[in-house]
Amino acid sequence: MNAAILLLTDSRLPAGGHAHSGGVEQAVTSGAVHDVPSLGSFLRGRLHTTGAVATALAAASCAFASGTADGPWAWDGLDAEVDARTASPAQRAASRVQGRLLLRVARRLWPSPVLEELAGAVPSPHHPLALGAAAHAAGAAPEDAALAAAYHAISGPATAAVRLLGLDPVAVHRLLADLSRELPTAPGERDLPPSAAPWADLPAHSAPALDVLAERHALAQVRLFVS
Amino acid sequence: MSADHDDHHHAPDGHGRALRLGVGGPVGSGKTALVAALCRTLGPTLQLGVVTNDIYTTEDADFLRKAGVLDEDRILAVETGCCPHTAIRDDIAANLDAVETLENRFGPLHLVIVESGGDNLTATFSRGLADKQIFVLDVSGGDKVPRKGGPGVTTADLLVINKTDLAPLVGADLDVMAKDSAAVRGDRPVLFTSIRQDPTAAAVAAWVRDQVQSWLHQHH
Repeated sequence: MNAAILLLTDSRLPAGGHAHSGGVEQAVTSGAVHDVPSLGSFLRGRLHTTGAVATALAAASCAFASGTADGPWAWDGLDAEVDARTASPAQRAASRVQGRLLLRVARRLWPSPVLEELAGAVPSPHHPLALGAAAHAAGAAPEDAALAAAYHAISGPATAAVRLLGLDPVAVHRLLADLSRELPTAPGERDLPPSAAPWADLPAHSAPALDVLAERHALAQVRLFVS
Repeated sequence: MSADHDDHHHAPDGHGRALRLGVGGPVGSGKTALVAALCRTLGPTLQLGVVTNDIYTTEDADFLRKAGVLDEDRILAVETGCCPHTAIRDDIAANLDAVETLENRFGPLHLVIVESGGDNLTATFSRGLADKQIFVLDVSGGDKVPRKGGPGVTTADLLVINKTDLAPLVGADLDVMAKDSAAVRGDRPVLFTSIRQDPTAAAVAAWVRDQVQSWLHQHH
């Protein structure tokens, strides 16, 4: 693992992630998430659905950025793959905002032609694209990008739940510690596909409940988190 | 904020861009009223943009739009996810993106005001987001507040103590507040205002105009 990936997984990275709950706020509003066990179920579900998609797309983005994924493709094509896998318009918007803010930070941390190329092709790319490209610019490999994406899928929502419900932060980190055993740790493991595979073959798990939560959240009159 | 802000980054040294002014302070002290007053007074002669940071609604942005003090497209609202302070100090990405979006759409601008969500006495803006900052208190919070200090009160470029019209009603001694402010702030300025009595906030607007002029002189 490349040490630079630690920066990309750190919630203190100034890339706007603190303002997003990954659906947890609306799940709390609806009562679906109300304590540590129900948060655990939410996070596990998220990790293996939208998290698995983000993981695969981040790895593909990192491979594409490194030039190892040869093919007649371009950044906007990979971006469209994320769109196609994200049914909820609110989730697409949240992903693009976070991708855009991550890209702006990455361009200052690791200036490189590949990040300029991505920004030129897709100014507000989906988060997995920005994460994969940033990981490459930082010197990391696709499996590092995959690990960062998977961790991102659960760490932000976990922190949001601590704030929204006043849960014991140690109990919530115990959940993350348990879930960390389910994160991808090596290429080809679990949901991590060969990063050079045709993009159409990448995972396309859906989580209709998360889609519904995201859409309801976008319509909420009063909310603390953007998504 | 929307996902389709234009792609453009400014040089970190500030050359060629607007002065970025942060306005922070506790809930209810009059930050939004002050921003509206600044737009009213400076709008006719300066090119302005405003970014608001509401805690869980878009109330401040809506208030400014309804006040009609600025073209509503020049007001962007940023949502801050439970932590107004984080968005102005530790993770300024969304605010910076909104500021640059305004400059790219309407620029060149002279001044972009970033209004923080209401926070506590420790709220300060990152130097990466705001070139100058105003901290707004009001007398109804008690005349002890300036003495309590905190980074907002002690280090802001300008301390504004608002709602002076309420001082007799809440038993606040303005002389005590002035003396205590001077004690913790040294030479940094303090202005007393009642935006209800003077909706132009003339003294604060004059201070801001000076800051804009010296910024433009140094960076253009």
